[in-house]
Amino acid sequence: MTLRGKVWKFGADVDTDAIIPARYLNTSEPAELAKHCMEDADPEFPTKMQPGDIIVAGKNFGCGSSREHAPIAIKAAGVSCVIAKSYARIFYRNAFNIGLPIFECSEAAVAIEEGDEVAVDAAQGIVKNLTKNETYQATSVPEFMQQIIDAGGLIDYVSKRLQGQNKE
Amino acid sequence: MMAMTITEKILAAHAGMERVEPGQLINVKVDLVLGNDITAPVAIREFDRIGVETVWDRERVVLVPDHFVPNKDIQSAEQAKQLREFAHKHNLINYYEVGRMGVEHCLLPEQGLVGPGDLVIGADSHTCTYGGLGAFSTGVGSTDLAAAMALGETWLKVPESIKFVYNGNLPRWVGGKDLILYAIGQIGVDGALYMAMEFTGQAIEGLGIDGRMTMANMAIEAGAKNGIVPPDEITRSYVENRAKRPYTFYQSDRDARYAQVIEIDVSKLEPQIAFPHLPENTRPVSEAANVTIDQVVIGSCTNGRLSDLQLAAEVLKGHRVSDNLRLLVIPGTQDIYLQALREGLVEQFINAGAAVSTPTCGPCLGGHMGILAKGERALATTNRNFVGRMGHPESEVYLCNPAVAAASAVLGRIAAPWEVE
Repeated sequence: MTLRGKVWKFGADVDTDAIIPARYLNTSEPAELAKHCMEDADPEFPTKMQPGDIIVAGKNFGCGSSREHAPIAIKAAGVSCVIAKSYARIFYRNAFNIGLPIFECSEAAVAIEEGDEVAVDAAQGIVKNLTKNETYQATSVPEFMQQIIDAGGLIDYVSKRLQGQNKE
Repeated sequence: MMAMTITEKILAAHAGMERVEPGQLINVKVDLVLGNDITAPVAIREFDRIGVETVWDRERVVLVPDHFVPNKDIQSAEQAKQLREFAHKHNLINYYEVGRMGVEHCLLPEQGLVGPGDLVIGADSHTCTYGGLGAFSTGVGSTDLAAAMALGETWLKVPESIKFVYNGNLPRWVGGKDLILYAIGQIGVDGALYMAMEFTGQAIEGLGIDGRMTMANMAIEAGAKNGIVPPDEITRSYVENRAKRPYTFYQSDRDARYAQVIEIDVSKLEPQIAFPHLPENTRPVSEAANVTIDQVVIGSCTNGRLSDLQLAAEVLKGHRVSDNLRLLVIPGTQDIYLQALREGLVEQFINAGAAVSTPTCGPCLGGHMGILAKGERALATTNRNFVGRMGHPESEVYLCNPAVAAASAVLGRIAAPWEVE
């Protein structure tokens, strides 16, 4: 699968309150959350981004709260993937669990600029900057987590496991 | 036998293994799982998709509505209702209704639901609080909670550990909040990313259980997976008459391996202030002069415990809240509230001109009960000072300990407790 889109760039330590402020957490409806995606980092983001666009950020993306609403808002807004130097651990896990593709790549986080057109080979973790004609390699995903992604997210993974137990 | 840290020992025990090493991915049995009125509705939706009839253990799935309760609006009421209905449907023993609840991370230790040696996951980032009792506990998202509600298990990567050694005697007015803020200031908000923070040393040995929970609570603000304090007699005296399950004291081996050992001399440490907009922006209180404030909040899972209220009341004694600001005091649980009433603290707060609220996370995350207007500035004993955390994106939050909060409420600006003595 190739993810392709225009890049919106953010800085370091983008916290989950910036991704989806708590004042909108009286709902967990993805479409509602999407309307406020990244609002406290860039109030215009929800209206100016296009489906398929890519978020590129610095270190520790998604720090702060455990709210799964953060990756849900990003995914529901139509962002195809996030590329960052590093992720806060709960956000990292949540993204996999809900099926938001995210990639850890220091080189890409530095080299890619806002407005660049980027294509990501999701399986290989290869990030291509079509604007600059550069290629970066993202950190590979452990096999254990690849299985969760292959199953379509954690819930489908657990469902399959439980079905397996029932057969025994 | 390989030497292990306390974190590694707890993880190994729950993985059914002799030993574990940092970086290893393990499947562990959990002792307790937790959700609140923001995270549990998503978890319940995912749980229902799994297709199991009921939860893995109705005594070990804990639901606490605390963030937007008492219900702040219709949508929040719907979310709280989902918890209530799920709790009834699955006969959960540990559902805590408004009037009997508390801020989750104050409530669970108080009720003896968590103890030393436990492995707890909760869909709230501050679940790491229970490390103050010598437990391994960490925050997860709603989907991880849903899976654990069904299986009683989860997977974890064994973290490396950073050992903090706090040497020396704690100066007056310096507590757990200052020790953790200082550490975050030293290593940064991702300084312990994916790691365990183990808090040791003479200053920790003398620190009460509330202060230890404050420290473990904010481990997440350095990006850590968990914070932990080795259990001792102080821990034992707190848990022995509360624990609803057997508990185990684990200790790090003398030759356990650490990614880093950080020594801190506390003997000359001042109360710490975290400036906007990250908890790592710390300065000693004496370097925070002339910061006027509009609102002071004393409460939260970080500093809403009885000793926090006692400290604030001690500083407030004989003083009134400045005409230029609002002081909000929010006891962490109903028991803490009641004890504060019995000790005359609530009367003291009200006489000083403070608002005293029923337990809620409310203002800490900009939910309700104390939202900031554009341009307003708050000083809070809470845990985060991100952009817009407590209200308008152009408001500001400063973090501090309860004594500094009380002194500042009196003087209308960030102030040291000794300025009002």
